[in-house]
Amino acid sequence: MSTSRIQHVIDPAETPGTLVPAGADPILKATAIQKYFGENHVLRGASMTVWPRETIAILGRSGSGKSTFLRCLNFLEEPSAGVVEIGGFAVVASPFETRNKEYKEHIRQLRLNASMVFQEFNLFPHLSVLSNLTEAPVHVKGVPHKEAVERGEAYLEKVGMIDKRDEFPNRLSGGQRQRVAIARALNMEPKVLLFDEPTSALDPSLVGEVIQVMESLAHEGRTMIVVTHEMQFAREAADRVYFMDQGVFAEIGGPEQVIDNPRDERTKLFLSRFLNAG
Amino acid sequence: MSIGSSTVDQGGADLGALIRESERRRTIRWRTWFVITWMTILTAMTLFIVFIVGVDETLITKYFWYIVGGGIGLTIFVSITSIALAILFATLGALGRLSRNPIFNGLASFYVSLVRGTPLLLQILFIYLALPQLGIVLPELLCGILALGFNYGAYMTEVFRAGIQAVPPGQTEAAQSLGMTGRTTFTKIVLPQAFRIVLPAIGNDFISMLKDSSLVSTIGVQELLWRARLVGTKEFAAIQTLLIAAAVYWVMTIGFSYVQARLEKRMAQGDRAVSR
Repeated sequence: MSTSRIQHVIDPAETPGTLVPAGADPILKATAIQKYFGENHVLRGASMTVWPRETIAILGRSGSGKSTFLRCLNFLEEPSAGVVEIGGFAVVASPFETRNKEYKEHIRQLRLNASMVFQEFNLFPHLSVLSNLTEAPVHVKGVPHKEAVERGEAYLEKVGMIDKRDEFPNRLSGGQRQRVAIARALNMEPKVLLFDEPTSALDPSLVGEVIQVMESLAHEGRTMIVVTHEMQFAREAADRVYFMDQGVFAEIGGPEQVIDNPRDERTKLFLSRFLNAG
Repeated sequence: MSIGSSTVDQGGADLGALIRESERRRTIRWRTWFVITWMTILTAMTLFIVFIVGVDETLITKYFWYIVGGGIGLTIFVSITSIALAILFATLGALGRLSRNPIFNGLASFYVSLVRGTPLLLQILFIYLALPQLGIVLPELLCGILALGFNYGAYMTEVFRAGIQAVPPGQTEAAQSLGMTGRTTFTKIVLPQAFRIVLPAIGNDFISMLKDSSLVSTIGVQELLWRARLVGTKEFAAIQTLLIAAAVYWVMTIGFSYVQARLEKRMAQGDRAVSR
């Protein structure tokens, strides 16, 4: 879109993680994102910088705006103001042009760089597991069907779901569905994976299998941004943790800081309540 | 068995069997009476026809094939083409009703309101009798199909709209997050799911259409009812010929209802969720 009027500023607390190649440029820059729902000012200028091969965890109370922020990154929620740049492709929020064709096409291009995994899986129930994976690459990116199938099978193998390639989603457990959803996101070969509370809709007994897949992706250097309540995952896998409170990031830092030694009073309060409740 | 004992004595196993046996008997008794009721009515009707009205074998051999053989084909043809046309109208109508464009939306809602607010018979007559006044003369069969399709399309518009809206918004979000355009999202993700939701309704409408197609006999389409009426008047045997037509409609309806039930059952099986 037009040249950005807002300058992206890297927070001093944002330092590249351990897997980031030396001298690499950020792969995702979200700058001063704001979002209004009617009169409700949900995001009040939240910014984030992510380098390739990093895993980012976003924590916060429900209603703090963390899911909204994540959904603004691929414009499923259109930001009221701000800029999102992924893989060098930037879209400036233009809330008065939401029906503009060119603007919609820019948003679609941005989405090709970032695939999302949802809390409620949102698998396509009328398609088999494998077709869930191949539908978008074939129809959106024009990948030859054979190639999409081969790659899709490789990703199903990776998430341990290759046995179920011809099943329909309704015949799978929640954990299995979420693993297929992750493979579906991977098969688009995005630059960034977005996870919106991927284990919150699961039975406690099924959380582990999904977390295990996500941890292995984090360790092999997939760039991931994860909104989660799973402290253990954030501690083990995240390069950086962002704590959101009332529409801004109140604290940014490594998990050893934000989770184990929070400096911000709001983070401390959240964690004490969260850990006591959990 | 002593009072307060927490164990069940050996009679317990028999008790369960006795209850099951009594339930089974009750079911059988119910079904028996149900079938007897049907059979009684059918027998009474047959006796009425045979002994009061009389069966004229020469009349039947002369006209049966003319009424049934010639009529069924045309009735089914009219029903199928009309329902196909109605599906087309309903898809366009539903898209209009869901459109954010006020003109498309207005057009679609006007169509639905007008068609639902006037009698089907009037619509058939209008296309057949009124259009020639404007210089548009169409063959009867085409007039009938157009009118039926136009009419059913309006009712189905609302059904299709509800079906499209019944697809969870998460499906659209998932499709869009994968970079699908609005059009691809609609044709590849939303429409196939909406179609499954409205399939039972389409089946019901088709069965209604089989019977409503008889209305086109009023404009001279030579389908089942038209033939039954012609022969009945000519031979002064309307009871016989109309009953033949009624029986044919009835059998067709039962047949298609059965097919529809089977179809729905099969689709429900494919959809059955395994608890997570």
